[in-house]
Amino acid sequence: MRPPTDRLADALHRALLPLLESELPLLESDMTSLVLPGEADLSEVTASGSALRRFLHGLPGVDQVGVEKRAATLATRSIKRASKVQALELAIGMVDLTTLEGADTPGRVRSLCAKARIPAPGYPDVPSVAAVCVYPDMVATAVDALSGTGIHVASVATAFPSGRAHLDIKLADTRNAVADGADEIDMVIDRGAFLAGRYGQVLDEIVAVKNACGDAHLKVILETGELATYDNVRRASWLALAGGADFIKTSTGKVSPASTLPVTLVMLEAVRDHAALTGEIRGVKSAGGIRTTKDAIRYLVLVNEVAGAAWLHPDRFRFGASSLLNDLLMQWHKQATGRYWTSNRVTID
Amino acid sequence: MATRLDVNKTYKLYVGGAFPRSESGRTYEIADTKGRFLANAAQASRKDVRDAVTAARKAQPGWAAATAYNRGQVLYRVAEIMEGRREQFTGEVAVSEDLSSRNAAAVVDAAIDRWVWYAGWSDKFAQVAGAANPVAGPYFNLSVPEPTGVVGALAPQSSSLLGLIEVLAPIIVSGNSVVAVTSQDRPLPAITLAEALATSDLPGGVVNLLTGQTDELAPILAGHLDVDAIDLTGMAGRDTTDLEVLAAENLKRVLATPDTEPDVTDPPAGPRRILAFCETKTVWHPKGR
Repeated sequence: MRPPTDRLADALHRALLPLLESELPLLESDMTSLVLPGEADLSEVTASGSALRRFLHGLPGVDQVGVEKRAATLATRSIKRASKVQALELAIGMVDLTTLEGADTPGRVRSLCAKARIPAPGYPDVPSVAAVCVYPDMVATAVDALSGTGIHVASVATAFPSGRAHLDIKLADTRNAVADGADEIDMVIDRGAFLAGRYGQVLDEIVAVKNACGDAHLKVILETGELATYDNVRRASWLALAGGADFIKTSTGKVSPASTLPVTLVMLEAVRDHAALTGEIRGVKSAGGIRTTKDAIRYLVLVNEVAGAAWLHPDRFRFGASSLLNDLLMQWHKQATGRYWTSNRVTID
Repeated sequence: MATRLDVNKTYKLYVGGAFPRSESGRTYEIADTKGRFLANAAQASRKDVRDAVTAARKAQPGWAAATAYNRGQVLYRVAEIMEGRREQFTGEVAVSEDLSSRNAAAVVDAAIDRWVWYAGWSDKFAQVAGAANPVAGPYFNLSVPEPTGVVGALAPQSSSLLGLIEVLAPIIVSGNSVVAVTSQDRPLPAITLAEALATSDLPGGVVNLLTGQTDELAPILAGHLDVDAIDLTGMAGRDTTDLEVLAAENLKRVLATPDTEPDVTDPPAGPRRILAFCETKTVWHPKGR
């Protein structure tokens, strides 16, 4: 890491003034990051709409070229065999096995749950996945199929994927899913309000949904494909974290582009900086478009390098995916047996 | 006038319709039969085999779904393109196999004719091998040969072009895709064939050609669980027990190794090589009244 230039330090300082009344010395920081020492809380910035706007617009801008370059550089890292096996098992354990189709049937959800419990029959070394992610009306089926396994049931809610519904409907959607037994809720933010600059409204919604969640974990989907800039991704990340998100999630998977490495990098930085600022650990979920083991391992490298090894855990990083699991299993078998595997030996969904 | 600089051809692999270098970056020297240097060829690695099988798997369903008539037309088109490159083939076969240019030209003619011969079988072999079976019930009972999927092939070591075509053409005519390891020491005509295939109407990935060490690549192909059959012609006269054991894991069809490299000067007596890579599907259909 190189020490920040004076100008950068000044810029960071100015950006953080609304956040912190007292002046704090800045740590060494790389160009795109925002690291704060000590503990603080975000309650002041969320106290009023104008303070929130000042804070979000005071966040240092994301160096687009720099962040893309860094993500691309990390993607070239070579992972040796022993580490690869570890990475594969870790990645399998981080998968939120997802089915979010209009054509979902109880039978399909049950078969997905069976796969979630035992991804590779006959190979007990392969862990089960972190969670199964379904639409709210399928939660009861999934809970039933996964009872006693420790696998979480995640439900999308709040008028997924567009989020275009009245707040009471979004809250009812959330409460129903929780009542049916979902212990993780994936909500979407109101991108329309966010892009129009009504940050307070977005925040209030997140807080309201968080309350409706009760004990269930809340993942806040930013839908980065619709946010247009990395600056917006950073703002939305901080907004979601301030609203109480346990995870921030890249995408619904219904919009292209979905998850990309640079976007995930920006979100990981937000979570890392948030932890440094408040001492609270939050997670990141990358969803959509991650189909190959190669991609998944690149994300793990990114997590390790940006947020740190502490985030290499299913409680702190997740993959939202369906076909990725099959590729992970095929590669796992390749590593275990030394022979290239075939898609004929894994289930289609 | 200044002396013109040599423009030498880089011999590369043929995978998924593209011409990549080996993933490993390796090359090996190709010499003529008298040991004189001819060219550097790409030396394929384990990962090149993997990539080629992935490409072959992706291309196979579309190729098999084409009508038999259409596949025949496409193969005939390959022969047309080869015809236009006859001189290049002749030159390479002559240096690779130590033949006079007249003999090499005869081999190239035979190779093109063999391709046409197999193209003609595309909509005929099913009639020879298929049947309407008499059964003890009110059913139509029909057997038809269908392509098995992705086939790995070890091309003959000495017959660099005609031998390769005798292996390739019967595999793909029925709708299989193929990953072929070319003659180890005589791979140059195979790469020129790849150029002919790439400029014909054959979909990319149906034929994939890897140059390199047969002993290194054969076990990887034989052990690959996404390969449905393997042709061991290139191992003629050698013990292939280990390869057959590897192939047994996923019940690959194995075209057994001949004791000596087969003489392919004349067309075979029938579609034996085509049927070696087909599976028979039998359908029962109620007759009604």
